[in-house]
Amino acid sequence: MQVAVPADAEVFDCRQAFGETLVELARRDDRIVAVCNDSVSSSNLTGFAKEFPDRLINVGIAEQDMVGVGAGLAGSGLIPFVCGAAPFLTARALEQIKADVAYSDVPVILCGMSPGLAYGELGPTHHSIEDLAWLRAIANLTLVVPADPAQTREAVRWAAYAKRPVFLRIGRFKVPAVSRGTPAFRPGRADVLADGDDVTLVATGTLVSRALWAADVLRTQGISARVVNVSTISPLDTATILAAAAETGRIVTAEEATVPGGLGSAIAELVVEHRPVPMRLLGIRGAFAPTGSTEFLLEHFGLTADGIVRAARELVCAEARTSRP
Amino acid sequence: MTVVLKPDTAQIARWRDLRKRINDADPRDAAGLLRAEANLARVTVLHTIAHAGLGHVGGDLSVLDILTCLYAAVLRIDPERPDWPDRDRLILSKGHCSAALYTTLARTGFFSTEALAEFMGPLSPLNGHPDRTKVPGVETNTGPLGHGLPVAVGAAIAARLQRSRRRVFVVLGDGELQEGSNWEAIMAAGHRSLGNLVAVVDRNRLQQGARTEETNRLEPLADRWTAFGWRTITVDGHDHAALLQAFAPSDPDRPTCVIAETIKGKGVSFMADRVEWHHKVPTPEQVDAAVKELSGDEHRSVELGAYACK
Repeated sequence: MQVAVPADAEVFDCRQAFGETLVELARRDDRIVAVCNDSVSSSNLTGFAKEFPDRLINVGIAEQDMVGVGAGLAGSGLIPFVCGAAPFLTARALEQIKADVAYSDVPVILCGMSPGLAYGELGPTHHSIEDLAWLRAIANLTLVVPADPAQTREAVRWAAYAKRPVFLRIGRFKVPAVSRGTPAFRPGRADVLADGDDVTLVATGTLVSRALWAADVLRTQGISARVVNVSTISPLDTATILAAAAETGRIVTAEEATVPGGLGSAIAELVVEHRPVPMRLLGIRGAFAPTGSTEFLLEHFGLTADGIVRAARELVCAEARTSRP
Repeated sequence: MTVVLKPDTAQIARWRDLRKRINDADPRDAAGLLRAEANLARVTVLHTIAHAGLGHVGGDLSVLDILTCLYAAVLRIDPERPDWPDRDRLILSKGHCSAALYTTLARTGFFSTEALAEFMGPLSPLNGHPDRTKVPGVETNTGPLGHGLPVAVGAAIAARLQRSRRRVFVVLGDGELQEGSNWEAIMAAGHRSLGNLVAVVDRNRLQQGARTEETNRLEPLADRWTAFGWRTITVDGHDHAALLQAFAPSDPDRPTCVIAETIKGKGVSFMADRVEWHHKVPTPEQVDAAVKELSGDEHRSVELGAYACK
């Protein structure tokens, strides 16, 4: 089965929900400011810039300065959303994120725009697949990956008043709505989007919709898959994950990021210590992406519903074979 | 050993009295009071480092006249209310000189000078590099170089947005100006005409391993800051009257850079301008000898002109 977004499903760029929500917040609270690195348009700050020109601090192409400035603003009682393309915000300013924001414990909201393979053909310099690994290693930094516009809106509203260092990974690659119920986003909580007993598909961001499609396919094959959306990667919702391990006995993780250090690693670290079960970790390992669109690259790395189905079947069928007399 | 640092009332009273005497004195007497205060701080730093067996004594001694002038005469602060929103901000970008900062904060009354005995001890709040979550008076956690100035630029932008008259001071080592992040911030501050921002460069001309000019040349340093849109003043960084004059508010539309020509190891003849004293720890005998010098002729030191690179 070739998986693509079905033609009739509406898909959304989460940056738009981000930009609109930030303007809403800024209208009600003049402590809200935005900081960016010449990325007004790509960070979806055009509306903010128009309405609040004095509260948009564009430091130019200078990410280290951008994050330091954010820390200085936060230390002065303002609520800065520091926005830049995820690869440059995280890699270029990693030490500022660690020392000025997380270790200094100031309420800066770091907004990594267009993460993962979003910049497709622009190549590995512009891909941000290592960010989850880098940021997950930093203490005192809440790491949030909204999976759709509803989660994005609620995560932005929460982060503004969380009074702590937060990183929001805001997707550019268009995704369908996947979150259910209200609230769509609960900080620190993973959401079970589909119930199942044979295997759990744990996904984040772009891969959540693909995990849901995979569960549909698996159901037609007689395999009951639970789907968990992990929108807060750090700190992890340990109860939901360990319950899934205990109740389904198998876990597949899927993310638009490196397997080393990413969501899969986080789940594996937890599970191996407390409830070891067979796992398959889907993501990118030991490779810089070849040239191609985001959709092409997701397929290239097996980050599709198909890829998730294959991994889940491997787990279920391998166990069926070994347990047969 | 996990002490919580809290305001020291007696020390605050002493600091308030000193501040009043400095403000009331004529410039020459004010400078004399500051010189005496700075040398007392030097003695405290030497004891603190010798006790801990760790520290960066050379840079501590070079920056102490700058810090003493700021805390005893310039900064609008209240050690009883370290979180007072409208306080002036002081960021020590050269975070390795934490012993000088902690000593100054303690002498200002943010916490007791007795706590300095725990400098770099197990579980002590007084880490080798300052931690704002544990030490009252510290604004941001520094240590990696090239971090203080961007944070100071953010604090200065915030003061302007909040229509506050508070000022932001950042004290930098000269060697750390080799970090590119500083120049991003210097450019941004000049572009934004941040008249409420003062950067002080502790220009002692030595970095950890060698002279700055032999390692990666900084000169013409004043011209470089000026070219980025800053009002630049070069002063003798051990001349308290000159420092006070340099720190006075003047140009509301330009950030100020004070290049303070200093001597690493200032005040102790055998440490002065010697690269090995970057982080060497003095023996008890050396501390005694140093304290004797600091208690006597306060001005005995290497002449600035002997090594100044023009």
